[in-house]
This record gives sequence, structure tokens and C-alpha cells, in this order.
Amino acid sequence: MSTSAESAAAAPGHLPGDLAMWFFMLAELSVFALLILAFAVTQAIKPQMFSDSRLLLDTSTGLAMTLGLLTAGLFAALALEQVRHSRPRRGAALLLGALLAASVYVVLKLSEYRHLLASGLGLEHNTFFTLYWILTGFHFLHVLLGMVILGWLAERCRRGGFDADKRSGLESGVLYWHMVDLVWVVLFPLVYVLD
Amino acid sequence: MSMANPHLKFASQAVAKPYFVFALMLFLGQVLFGLIMGLQYVIGDFLFPVIPFNVARMVHTNLLIVWLLFGFMGAAYYLVPEEADRELHSPKLAIVLFWVFAAAGVLTILGYLLVPYAGLARLTHNELLPTMGREFLEQPTITKMGIVVVCLGFLYNIGMTLLKGRKTTVSMVMMTGLIGLAVFFLFSFYNPGNLARDKFYWWWVVHLWVEGVWELIMGSMLAFVLIKITGVDREVVEKWLYVIIAMALITGIIGTGHHFFWIGAPEVWLWVGSIFSAMEPLPFLAMVMFAFSMVKKRRRQHPNRAATLWAKGTTVTAFFGAGVWGFLHTLAPVNFYTHGTQLTAAHGHLAFYGAYAMIVMTLISYAMPRLRGLGEAGDERSQSLEIWGFWLMTLSMVAITLFLTAAGAVQVYLQRWQVEPLPFMGTVEHLQVLFWARLGAGLGFFAGLLCYLLSFRQRGRAALRAPAPVVPS
Repeated sequence: MSTSAESAAAAPGHLPGDLAMWFFMLAELSVFALLILAFAVTQAIKPQMFSDSRLLLDTSTGLAMTLGLLTAGLFAALALEQVRHSRPRRGAALLLGALLAASVYVVLKLSEYRHLLASGLGLEHNTFFTLYWILTGFHFLHVLLGMVILGWLAERCRRGGFDADKRSGLESGVLYWHMVDLVWVVLFPLVYVLD
Repeated sequence: MSMANPHLKFASQAVAKPYFVFALMLFLGQVLFGLIMGLQYVIGDFLFPVIPFNVARMVHTNLLIVWLLFGFMGAAYYLVPEEADRELHSPKLAIVLFWVFAAAGVLTILGYLLVPYAGLARLTHNELLPTMGREFLEQPTITKMGIVVVCLGFLYNIGMTLLKGRKTTVSMVMMTGLIGLAVFFLFSFYNPGNLARDKFYWWWVVHLWVEGVWELIMGSMLAFVLIKITGVDREVVEKWLYVIIAMALITGIIGTGHHFFWIGAPEVWLWVGSIFSAMEPLPFLAMVMFAFSMVKKRRRQHPNRAATLWAKGTTVTAFFGAGVWGFLHTLAPVNFYTHGTQLTAAHGHLAFYGAYAMIVMTLISYAMPRLRGLGEAGDERSQSLEIWGFWLMTLSMVAITLFLTAAGAVQVYLQRWQVEPLPFMGTVEHLQVLFWARLGAGLGFFAGLLCYLLSFRQRGRAALRAPAPVVPS
């Protein structure tokens, strides 16, 4: 496994960030892949239940959440670009922007959860909702972890902990956030839209 | 304690030796009771009523847990001073605790063997704080309290050493694992009357030990030995260790759900348990890749060939035993038919041997020549014997696993799958051939263990081969 510190120069064909992070993301994506597979197979077995239950979800809220996450991803990518050009202060500001956009998702998700619980559509309501809660709940925890990482990156960036030659940690953190984004981009149509 | 041992970085590391020696004595006892039970499977009244099956089973499993605990403690006493780069906080405390733990362990086993279990419960006043009667946690309450006292003293000793010295990833992971081991054991003191609730607390000891914090202990012991025998950069090893423990904890902790399938828990656990525990082979696969890539990248040819073999062997056997054999029956629709059959026994045997017995023997293999003042490695003859022991034990355990897997498959069919299922004892009659074969493999294992123990016979300085040059990979 390569070590991070010396991989600063982004040579073509060289993975950004730390190889350990890629390995970790591979493990994470495997869990999500299993969850998605379980969801898809169950939908194929119980199509009626899934399409009836899906009507109880609000697609526009789902879309707003998606936009929140993608905006956060954009800000995080721009932050990395700023650091690559030795402007860590701007990078820190953009990372805070990413954090703000991510909190839009958190607020919307929590209000959706509260609404569903108030309507009695909890974990044990039916198989669709069991899987809905497991999938989105597990992803929600990842968003929270991703936000902790973004916050930590912003703070380190502000203190000048990263620069153009020393940014492997930042790349790894931003990579993790993109993974969280990517998973949601698959989850949103799968859970809210596709019938 | 040998102050004059030039092969130890710190004299206080010598306290590990009695722990390792006693661990191996208990291991021998465990295997003997395994053989007794293996015979009782085919000759039902063998040694009855002196050693009934349930008592033999209790002794077999309890000895396993206790010898592994001795092994982990010995490993910690050996590696923490070296990692912290200072003497152990109190070698005297380590020796006192050794005798306390050994005496408590021996008395408890004698109690199992000499007094009927209900009598042991009366004798130890179980009624004051009832904790007895649960599988693997059969120890009298007073023994459990002794274990807690020993663990606290041990953690204090190791913790003080660590706090005063250098803090490395290896020692911090080891410490986290050991603290987790002590904390989760506390659930064994809570024994609710409701059977479903009781099962939750029981699994929080059993599962969170072997599929949670013990994996941290295993990872750090493996990392320590690999750093020592390969000379690969600590930074590289530590990064692997982080990835491994992150995966072990995530899959292991949520994977506890695979024990909640049929104990009265909500249906959601069928999903959570199946999906997350299906990922549990991953950290073990990472350990295989870790060990093999480190050995491949080695900067020196360590003279202790046996230790290198154990380090590689433990990861592969753990991957198959814990990972693959665990996955075989972890999905809820499969587990519906297989839970509590011989398939569970197959998984238990290869997993415990591969992950925990072998990692303890890896560390013993690395540390014992130094602890005994022989140098970096034993002589050629003792290493050959040890390697014979490795292969005999490992292949026999693979054979035991395969016979038990076959027995499990037949049992599932006869007892749970076919339209008119047979009762338990009816199925057992059909499994006799497989149980005889398993007993034969058990004898092979015993022979391997004897080889392994005989490899410690060497006395005096080792006659080392000239170290071979590093093989470019």
C-alpha cells in the first residue's frame, strides 16, 4: 500500500488521495451495493407493495436533498482546486460552504423522518419501509461522518495545514464526500422514483 | 526474572513467558477434552458418569477462552513495553496477577469436574448474584469477579506503561481491544429472567468479543510481528491496520444482528444482520493481503521461518474459518435452516483456531526464542518440528471443519429440510461415519500439538543458519 505524504504531485495515472481511503471506500461501496441489491430483489418480488409505498414518499423533498448534497460536492471539489493553486483560505471558505449545503440535506432528511414516523410509517410498517429506513439511515450516518470530515478539513485548511504540495489528506477527505454523494445519487431514483 | 537476557529489549518483557507457558498447558487440556467429546459423539456413554458430555463441553470451551486470554495478556506484556519503548510499569503486579488468574482458572475447572454444576452454583453462592448457566459464561460469579479484578490490574499495568511511553498505533489498537474485552465482559453479570433479553446481553459478550474487539487484538499482534520479522516501514503497516480495524468494527458491530434472527427481535434484524455480516469476511481478506504483501516487501530475511509461517497461516485460516465459513450460514434465509447445527460447530472450530489460537501461536513463535534466551529463532531442528506442528494442526483442523460441514449439511437435510423431518437423535445416528472421521482428524490435531510442544525442547544457544540474502520480490 502506498503512503500518502509523498504522493503530492498529481502525476497522470496516479490515484489522488490515499490508497487506504480507496480501499476503505471500496468496502463501503460493497455494503451499499449489497443493500441496493437487496432492495432491488425485494422490489422484483413485491412490486405492488413497493409502488404503493413509494407514493407515500415526497419526491420533491428527495430532489431538494439531492441538490443539497451535489452542491456540497461541488463546493468540496472547488475547495480542493483552490488548495491546488495554493489558496488554502479560499479553500477553507468553500469547505464551510459545502458544510452548509450538506446541512440542507440533514434538515430535510430529519423533517422527512419525523413526518414518516408521525404517519406511522416506521421501520416495521412493511418490507419497503424496513429497507427504506435501513438504506437511507445508513446513508444518513455516512453524511454525518462526511460532514465531520469536511469540518475538520475546513479547520485544517484555515490553519494552513494543506497546500499545493501537501494535500493528500484533503484529497482523501473530499473523495469520501464524493462517495457519499455518489451513493445518494443512486439511492434517490431507486428509493423515491423508479417504479 | 532474567535480567541478563540479552535478547529482550526490556527485562520486564520476561513476564510474558509464564503467561505463554500456562496458555499452552491449557491448550493441551482443551484438546484432550475435545478428544473425549469426539469419542462421546460416537460412544455415547464413554467416561459416563465421571465426565458427562455437557461437562466435557464446558471444560473444552472454557479452557479455550482462558488460554486465549492468557495468550493475549502475555502478548500485551511482551509487545507493549517494546512499543512504548520503556519497561513495564510493574512486573511484580503482572506476576501476582498471573498466579491469581491461574489459580482461579484451575479451581474453576476442578469445580466443573469434581462437583455437579448445580452443586458448584450452591457452593459459590450463585444465588447472591446469579450469573451461571449460560453457554461459555458458565464460570461461577466469584470467578467472573476474579476475571474482572485481573483484567483491571492488567489494564492498569499496560495502560500506565503506555501513558508514560511512546504511543504507537499498534499499542493503541491493542489497548483499545483489551479495554473492549474487559468492558464487554461486564454484560456477563447481567442475567435477565426474560430469555429473549438474556440472549441480547449474552451475544454482546460472545459476539462483540470474537467478531469485534478481539479482531483489534489480532490485528495489532499481527502488525507487531510483521514489523519485527519483515522490517517494513511502520507507517505502511499502520495504515493497513487502520483500514482493517475500521472494517472489522463496522461489519462486526452491526453484524451482531445475525444473532438476533430467531431470538424474538424485530424483523428488521433479518436484513441488517444478513447484509452487514455478509461483509465480515472483508477485514479478514484485508489481513491476508496485509500479511502476504508485507512478507513480499520484506527488507530482511528473518531467521525465524516458523513465525513467518504462523503469521501468514493465521490470516488465511482466519479468512476461511471466520470469513468464508461464517458467510456460509450468515444470510437469514440460509440460517433459518442451519442455525445451531454441526455447521455452526464447523465454523466455530476453524474460526477460533485460525483467528485466535494461531495468532497467539504466531506471537509465541516470535517471542519465545527471545524469552528463553535462545536468540531470534530456535535451531533448525526445533523450527522443523514447529513447522510440522503447524501443518499437522492446521490440516487436521481443516479436516475437522470439512467433516463437520458435511455432518451439518446432512443434519440440515434430515432434521429440517425433508418433508418428514427426523428428531435430533435420529439424525445423529446417520452422522456416525462423519463423527468417526472427525475423531480421526482430532487425533491428527493432537499429534500436531505434541510436535509443536516438543519444538520447545531445545536448550542453550541456537545454531543459526547463515541468514540468507533478501530475495527481491
